[in-house]
Amino acid sequence: MNNEILDESGGTPALGTAGACFHCGLPVPTGFDITARIDGADRAMCCYGCQAVAEAIVAAGHENFYRVRTEASPSGQNPVPDFLRQVEVFDVAEIQSQFVHSPDASTREASLILEGITCAACVWLNEQYIAGLPGVTEVSVNYATQRALVRWDKDRIRLSEILLAIQKIGYRALPYNPDQQQESHRRQRRQQQRRLAVAGLFGMQVMMLSISLYAGAWSGMERDFEQFFRWLSLGLTLPVLLYSALPFFQAAWRDLKRRRVAMDLPVSLAILVAFASSAMATFKGQGEIYFDSVVMFVFFLSASRYFESMARQRCAASVEKLVQSMPLMTTRLGSTGDVEEAVAAATLTIGDRVLIRPGETIPADGEIESGQSAIDESLLSGESLPLTRGPGERLLGGSVNVTNPLQMRVDAVGADTVLAEIQRTIERAQADKPPMARLADRVAAHFIGVVLIIVAAVALFWWWQEPSRWFEIALSVLIVSCPCALSLATPTAISATLGRMQAAGLLVKQAGALEKMNHVSHVVFDKTGTLTLGKPTLAGIVCHPDYGQAQCLELAAALERHSEHPLARTLVRTAAAGGVEGASQIVNVAGGGISAVIDGQAYYIGNIDFVEAETEAAIPRRWLDDIAEDAVTAVVLARRDCALAMFTFADRLRDDAPALIDKLRHMGKSVVLMTGDRDASAAQVADKTGILDYRARMSPLDKMQAVEALQAEGARVLMIGDGINDAPVLSRADVSIAMGGASSLAKTSADIVLIANQLGAVADAIDMSARTQSIIRQNMLWALMYNFGAIPAAAIGLVAPWLAAIGMSVSSLIVVLNAMRLTR
Amino acid sequence: MEIIYLLIPISLILLGGIVWILLWAVRNGQYDDLEGPAHRILMDEDKIVDGQKNSRRGGAG
Repeated sequence: MNNEILDESGGTPALGTAGACFHCGLPVPTGFDITARIDGADRAMCCYGCQAVAEAIVAAGHENFYRVRTEASPSGQNPVPDFLRQVEVFDVAEIQSQFVHSPDASTREASLILEGITCAACVWLNEQYIAGLPGVTEVSVNYATQRALVRWDKDRIRLSEILLAIQKIGYRALPYNPDQQQESHRRQRRQQQRRLAVAGLFGMQVMMLSISLYAGAWSGMERDFEQFFRWLSLGLTLPVLLYSALPFFQAAWRDLKRRRVAMDLPVSLAILVAFASSAMATFKGQGEIYFDSVVMFVFFLSASRYFESMARQRCAASVEKLVQSMPLMTTRLGSTGDVEEAVAAATLTIGDRVLIRPGETIPADGEIESGQSAIDESLLSGESLPLTRGPGERLLGGSVNVTNPLQMRVDAVGADTVLAEIQRTIERAQADKPPMARLADRVAAHFIGVVLIIVAAVALFWWWQEPSRWFEIALSVLIVSCPCALSLATPTAISATLGRMQAAGLLVKQAGALEKMNHVSHVVFDKTGTLTLGKPTLAGIVCHPDYGQAQCLELAAALERHSEHPLARTLVRTAAAGGVEGASQIVNVAGGGISAVIDGQAYYIGNIDFVEAETEAAIPRRWLDDIAEDAVTAVVLARRDCALAMFTFADRLRDDAPALIDKLRHMGKSVVLMTGDRDASAAQVADKTGILDYRARMSPLDKMQAVEALQAEGARVLMIGDGINDAPVLSRADVSIAMGGASSLAKTSADIVLIANQLGAVADAIDMSARTQSIIRQNMLWALMYNFGAIPAAAIGLVAPWLAAIGMSVSSLIVVLNAMRLTR
Repeated sequence: MEIIYLLIPISLILLGGIVWILLWAVRNGQYDDLEGPAHRILMDEDKIVDGQKNSRRGGAG
C-alpha cells in the first residue's frame, strides 16, 4: 500500500486508487490491512465501518453499485446504540402523526431525507435496497432533492427498522415534514412548467402557420387563406401572451412602480409592441405580423429563467432547514428529577429540566445542573474538537453532547437561542450585501431610455415631414431596436454555464454570483471542514518496543468502545476486531479519558494530562516531540507503570487544498484563512497550504467584521466555508461558496454549493465565471452593434417591418449559438 | 383547398388534447425528477447484461 501515489495525484483519490479505501476513498492508515470482497476481488478498506457497509451492500446483491457509481461513498460507521434508541421514537404514534400519512388501515407513508447521497448510483442503491426490505410496498427516491417517499405495511415492518436498514448500507435517513416553503416551491415549479408547455406548444403552431405564410408570400397565396392564417396566428398567440408571458409583465410593472428600469421592461415592451402592431395588421388586413417572433421570444426567455430557478430550488431543497439542527425529541425530567418523559423539543419552556444522553443534540440553550461531558460545538464555533463542560456552564442548542449524560436547565428557547441569533445575523448580513450591479440591466436601462427617445424623435420628424408614413417608420425603429438579442445575451450565457458547472459538481444558487466571481480580489477560507476534512483521522501510532501496533490498537479499542468521543470512535473503527470484549471496572472521566481492567491488568487511555495524573507512567520525551509537529491532538495508552502507545490524530488537509491555493495565488488573488480554532492549528494549516495571512480564534461576528473591513478597503471577497459559524460571513461576502458537506445553514447562506465536495472546483468556477463574462460581453457588443446599426437605417425609412423581424431573429440566434460555446 | 377549413380545426383539437396531456403530466409530477430515471434505467440494464443473481426486487420481497 503506497500513500505516495495518492499524494502525487494532487486531486481527490480516484475510486479504487491504491492506498485509498475502496468504499469511501479516504486513505487507509499505514500498516492497516482489512478488505471486503467486492466484484470478485479483495478491496482495501480503511475501517471496520466501511467494511461492514460494503459487506451489507454485497450481501443484499447490489455489488453493481460499485461499478456504476461516480463518487466515493460516505465513510461507514458502526451504528451507535444511541442511534438505535433515537430512531425508536419514530415508532411512537404521536411523533408519527407529524409526518406519517395513512392512506389506509395498514399502509403508512412518509418522506425521508437521505444523507450521504454523492451520486446517482447512491440513489439507485437506496431505492433497490429499501424496496427489497420485506414489508416495504413502494419507494421512490428523487435524485434532485435527495428525498425518498416510502410506503410500508405497518404490520410487517416498523419505520425504525427501515431507518436502521438504511443506516446499515452507510446512509442516514430521517423522516421529515414537507414544510410550506417547499410546498410553495413545488407549486411555483409546476406553474413555470405549465407556462413553458403552453409557450412551446402554441409557439410551434404559430411557427407552422408563419412558415406557410412566408412560403405564401414567396409563391403567391389566396387572400382568404392568408387572412385566415393571420387570424389563427393571432388566436394562438393570445394564450402565450396572456399566460406564459405574464411573469415578465408583472416584473416590469413592479420595476416601474419602484421607478427602476430593469431587463423585464424592454422585454415586456418588445413583446407588447410586436404583438400590438401584428394584431393591428391583422385587423386592417395589411402590414407585417410578428406573432412567431413573439412566441419564440417568450418561449426561450421562459426556458432560461426556468433553468435558473430550478438550480436554485434544487439547492434549497437539498439542504435541511435550520430547525433540523435542533432535535425533534428530547427527554424532560419531572420537578423531582425522577420522572422521565419523551416530549417534542418544540414544547420546551424556560425552566424545564431536560436529560441529554451522549450522542444527542442539545434541544435549547441552558445551564448544566449536573454531569460533566464533552460537547461538540464544531458547527456553532468551528472548534474542531469537543470541549469539556461541567455544572454551571452554558450549553448551546444545536451542539452535540458527546460523552456523558447531562441534566440541563433550559434558559432560552426558540427565537432566543444562540442558533436563532446567528440566523438573524445572517438575515441582516444578506440585507447589507453589496448590491449586485448586473451589467445587462445597467446597459438595458440606458439602452431602453435612448431607444424611447430616438423613437419619439423619429416619429416627430416623420410626422412633420410625411404624415402618412410616421407610424410605419416609428414601428420599424421600435421593432429593429427590440432588445431581443440584448436581453438574451445574459440569460443564455448564464444558463449554459449553470448546466456546465452543475456537471462539474458546482450548484449555483445565485446566477449573479457568476458575474461577481470574476472580480474577486480576496479569497477567504474557513479551516475546519473546508481546507481540512473536518474530522480527526488517525495520523500515527508510536508504541512501546514490547508491544505491537495491532496489539496496542486492540487494547485501545477495548477501552474506547465505552466512549462516544469522536477520537474514541476513530480508534474503535481502526482496530482489527473493533476492540476485544471483557473490559471491566470501566471508569469514564469526562474531558480526560477512560480506565478499565482487562485480564486483571489496569489500562488507562486518554489525553496526556489524564495519563500523567492517573498513572506513574512516564511518556517518552521522543513521543512528545513528535506530536508538536503536525497533529491536532494525541491520546496515550498506558499501564499503571509504563506508557504503551501514543496515537496522534490530525484533521487532515483536503488533498486538493494546496494546489487550489497555489492556483488562486497565480490568478492574483489574496488568500486569507479565518478560523475559530486555536492559533497553533491555524498556523499549521496555513503553513502547509502556503497561506501567509491567517487569523485564528475568530467568532462568527469577528469573521463578518473582518470581511466588512476588507470590503471597506475596496476588496471583493469570495468566502468559502462550511459551519453554522460561517453562515453570517458567507452571507456578507460578495460571493460565497459552501462545501457540500456543510451545515444546512451555511448552504442556505451561500451563493454556490460544492456538491461534489471537491475544493479544486473553486478554481474552475472562477475560470468559468471569466469565460461567461467574456461571452456575455461579446453577445452584448454584437446586440448593441446590430441595434445601433439598424436603427438609423430604420429611422430613414429603409427597413420594412418584415425585414426588421428577420434581422431580430437572426441576431438572437447568433447570441444563442455564441452562448452555447460555454457548454463545451 | 377548402379542406384546410376542416384540417386546421382538427389540428387545433389535437393541440388541445396535447396541451391537456402536458398539463396533466406536470400536475402529476412527471417533470419533478428529470435526472433520476435516466441513471436508473442504465443501472438496471447493467445487471441484466451481467446476468447476475439479482432479480428485480418487487415490493413483496
